[in-house]
Amino acid sequence: MHPVDITEKNNYQRSFYVEGGNFTYAGIVSTSIKSILKKMDLPVDLVRKSAIVSYESEINIVSYAKKGVIKLTIDSRTIQIEAIDEGPGIPDIELAMQAGYSTADQRIREMGFGAGMGLSNIKRYADVFDLTSEVGKGTYLKMIINRI
Amino acid sequence: MKLREVKEILDAEVIIGDDKLDMEVKTAFGADLMSDVLAFAKAGGLLLTGLTNEQVIRTADILDIAAIIMVRGKRPTAESMALARDLDIPILTTKYILFETAGRLYTKGIVGCLDKVDAPSGHN
Ligand SMILES: Nc1ncnc2c1ncn2[C@@H]1O[C@H](COP(=O)(O)OP(=O)(O)OP(=O)(O)O)[C@@H](O)[C@H]1O
Ligand SMILES: [Mg+2]
Repeated sequence: MHPVDITEKNNYQRSFYVEGGNFTYAGIVSTSIKSILKKMDLPVDLVRKSAIVSYESEINIVSYAKKGVIKLTIDSRTIQIEAIDEGPGIPDIELAMQAGYSTADQRIREMGFGAGMGLSNIKRYADVFDLTSEVGKGTYLKMIINRI
Repeated sequence: MKLREVKEILDAEVIIGDDKLDMEVKTAFGADLMSDVLAFAKAGGLLLTGLTNEQVIRTADILDIAAIIMVRGKRPTAESMALARDLDIPILTTKYILFETAGRLYTKGIVGCLDKVDAPSGHN
C-alpha cells in the first residue's frame, strides 16, 4: 500500500475499485481504509465508525452490484466515504432501509451476511447518510463521519 | 482474564496466535451473523462464532476484536488462516457448542460486550 503521510490527515483523497461478485477480496478496501486512518492517528472511535460503514457498503457492492468505487476523502472537519456502484440499483429505498429486509442469496448468507441490517447499521454510525439509486444503473451512498 | 485461561476453560486448540496468549480479555460477543457482530460487538472482546470464512476475519479486523473463538469444533478455511496470520488475529477452536462456550466463559467472569440492545431490532 502506498505510504501515508500523517500531514495528509486534513487533505486526503483516494479511490478504491471494488469488483462485484468477488467474495474472495470482499472487505479488502475497508481493511486498507482503516489502516490509512489509523496511520493518520485519527481518534479510534472515528476510525472504527469509518471502517464499519465502509465495510458494510463494500459488502453490499460485492453482493449486489457489477462493480463499484469507494472514495475516501478526508478534510479537517470530516471523513467522507462514498460508495458508488454500477448495478441493479435499489427499487424501494425505504424498504431496503428497513432492518431485516434483504434480497441476499444463499452465497451471501453462507458468509454471514444478508441479515438486512447493513444499511441501518451504516445509518446508525454515520453522521450523514445519503442514499440515492437508479434502477438498472446503480447506487450512490454518501457517508460522513464528523471529526469535530 | 488472559487468553491462555480462555484456552484452558474451553479446552481449546490455538490455531493462530500462540504468542498472544498473555493478552487480557474481559468481554465477548457470540453470533453467526456478521451484521449483528458489526452492529453490537465492541473492540477488545472475544468473538464466538460458528463461521469460518474470510469475512469473519475481516469483520474481526474492522472491529479490533481481540480473538476469534470458533465453536462446535469448526476450523478456519486455509484462506481464513492466511488472512488471520496477515492481520495478526488469534484464532482458537473449541469442541464446545456456542451455548456451552458462552456459559463456561461467563461463569469464570467474562461478560457480554453489552447486556441488552436498546430497541427490539437494535436500531433507533
Ligand atoms: N449497492 C446495492 N445495490 C443494489 N441493491 C442493494 C445495494 N445495497 C443494498 N441493496 C439492497 O438493499 C437490501 C438491504 O441491504 P442491507 O445492507 O441493509 O442488508 P443486506 O445486505 O441484505 O444484509 P446485511 O447487510 O445485514 O448483511 C439488500 O438485500 C439489497 O436488496
Ligand atoms: Mg448489506
